[in-house]
Amino acid sequence: MIQLDNVTRIFGQGTAAVRALDDVSLHVPAGSITGVIGTSGAGKSTLIRCVNLLERPTSGCVSVDGTDLTSLAERDLRRARHDIGMIFQHFNLLNSRTVRGNIALPLELMGVTRSDIQARIDPLLELTGLSGRADAWPATLSGGQKQRVAIARALASRPKLLLCDEATSALDPQTTASILTLLRDINDQLGLTILLITHEMEVVRNICDRVALLSEGRIIEHAATGEFFTRPASTEGRSFLNDYLELPPSRSLQQRLLSEPAEDRHPVVRLTFHDDSAARVLASNLARRFDVDLAILQSRIEEVRGRTLGLMIAEIIGPASRTRQVLEHLHTLELDVEILGHVQRHD
Amino acid sequence: MSSAMIERIVNAVFETLYMVILSGFIGTVLGVAMGVALYITRRGNFLERPLFNRVLSIIVNIGRSVPFIILALAIVPFTQLLVGTFIGNTAAVVPLTLAAIPFVARLVEGALLEVPDGLIEAAQAMGATPQQIIFRVLLPEAAAGIITAITVTFISLIGYSAMAGGIGAGGLGAVAINYGYNRYDTGVMLITVIIMIVMVQGIQTLGDRLVRRAQHR
Ligand SMILES: Nc1ncnc2c1ncn2[C@@H]1O[C@H](COP(=O)(O)OP(=O)(O)OP(=O)(O)O)[C@@H](O)[C@H]1O
Ligand SMILES: [Mg+2]
Repeated sequence: MIQLDNVTRIFGQGTAAVRALDDVSLHVPAGSITGVIGTSGAGKSTLIRCVNLLERPTSGCVSVDGTDLTSLAERDLRRARHDIGMIFQHFNLLNSRTVRGNIALPLELMGVTRSDIQARIDPLLELTGLSGRADAWPATLSGGQKQRVAIARALASRPKLLLCDEATSALDPQTTASILTLLRDINDQLGLTILLITHEMEVVRNICDRVALLSEGRIIEHAATGEFFTRPASTEGRSFLNDYLELPPSRSLQQRLLSEPAEDRHPVVRLTFHDDSAARVLASNLARRFDVDLAILQSRIEEVRGRTLGLMIAEIIGPASRTRQVLEHLHTLELDVEILGHVQRHD
Repeated sequence: MSSAMIERIVNAVFETLYMVILSGFIGTVLGVAMGVALYITRRGNFLERPLFNRVLSIIVNIGRSVPFIILALAIVPFTQLLVGTFIGNTAAVVPLTLAAIPFVARLVEGALLEVPDGLIEAAQAMGATPQQIIFRVLLPEAAAGIITAITVTFISLIGYSAMAGGIGAGGLGAVAINYGYNRYDTGVMLITVIIMIVMVQGIQTLGDRLVRRAQHR
């Protein structure tokens, strides 16, 4: 549905030039929900604005549904934009129009007749859960309701593609969840392709089929969501995941943790598994092979798109010579190991 | 007060209303157009034309910096050309309108700058033409600010029209100067001042009501 080829966008000139997008190529399959994630300033907004040419790439090619938008004349570009809906972080509703008037706007711009416009609005209100609010003014609506109006407005022209620029970033977690559910439903029911950008892993996890990680204007990772959450390929991907799935040591453990190893101390490790079958047998394997015990102090299991992700904090109980071997062995396994510290032996 | 004086004052009220309403109306139409032009051609806006914008901006600044009474005298030949005379209230409409246009233009530009960029962006994303952006997004969204601008302009025009009365325009200003001031008729002076205060209050009240109606909260 979307094909970006070697898209570069440079702001400013000379020494002040900023490469907001640096040779980005991205394919968004029709019918999918694709997320672009990245830290602030990574170029996410620039990327999504390049898709409907609100931002013109300095170089590169943008095609949507088989049409190369970069080669279109203004007039044809405007027509092409009727097939691309867009919603924004701050909703961008017209305060001078009611809910109904806002939804009617894109249709008026396309020259749809008044009676056809009215006929199209009610189903949209129903779809977005706004029945009964048709004549309300935007200023009287909650953030979630405003975003619903914006979604209804974006869908009015029956686009094939919906662009979402941080559409839930101004909303509380509950409202975010309800808007994401709505986007999922729209994707299911209307077969709409959705490209959304966000800095929240939670959003990606909830609705994205695929995810691209943008860093300093470059796409450094692009994978299916389950894959990305369980085996991020890049350091930045892993750091996003760790921030999201954090399992911090409890306060009482933190107080007992010592930084230096010693003969009478046990190491405490944080393990991240990408496959819970490995996790289940790990303790017994280690016991058998190294004659140590694994005391699980804290753990957390997450499921993302049919893939399991487990985190645990464990104390390796045994003589120092053997626990050292265990640590070496752990590093050879398919899991992330982080040594948090050492605790004093009790016996 | 003599009935002749009362009649004179009543006529003057109509003359003032005629000058203010006509110049206010034309000034508003042309001023809003110029304000929109100033806004859309600004650097970074959707029809940016930096050079055109600079020139227009300088013209507006000149228009605003010349005191009204000087403007009225300076353009006498132009007025003569346009209406065939430079005396009387129709002639006065010319400088009043010319004074109103840049005044409205700057205030309207300011009102348009208050419209969030995101709305224009949203309209562009929907495939709006520049004309559609102006008439369906910018002007309706800035309506409250534009009405405020027009209100202020009409009130200023009442003051200007009174000054014009001193140089042959007729109206309440002429009555106040010719009878109230030159012939020491305190009663006439007082009445003309009160009538102008009432006019200003009326315009302000009407303007406030229209602004509230445009706000939708
Ligand atoms: N119009 C502009 N002029 C100059 N620089 C810009 C412009 N727009 C964006 N940039 C720069 O391009 C880079 C990417 O900006 P962008 O807004 O795309 O980031 P983002 O990933 O959306 O960040 P955020 O999460 O904060 O919204 C930033 O360094 C920004 O300063
Ligand atoms: Mg952004």
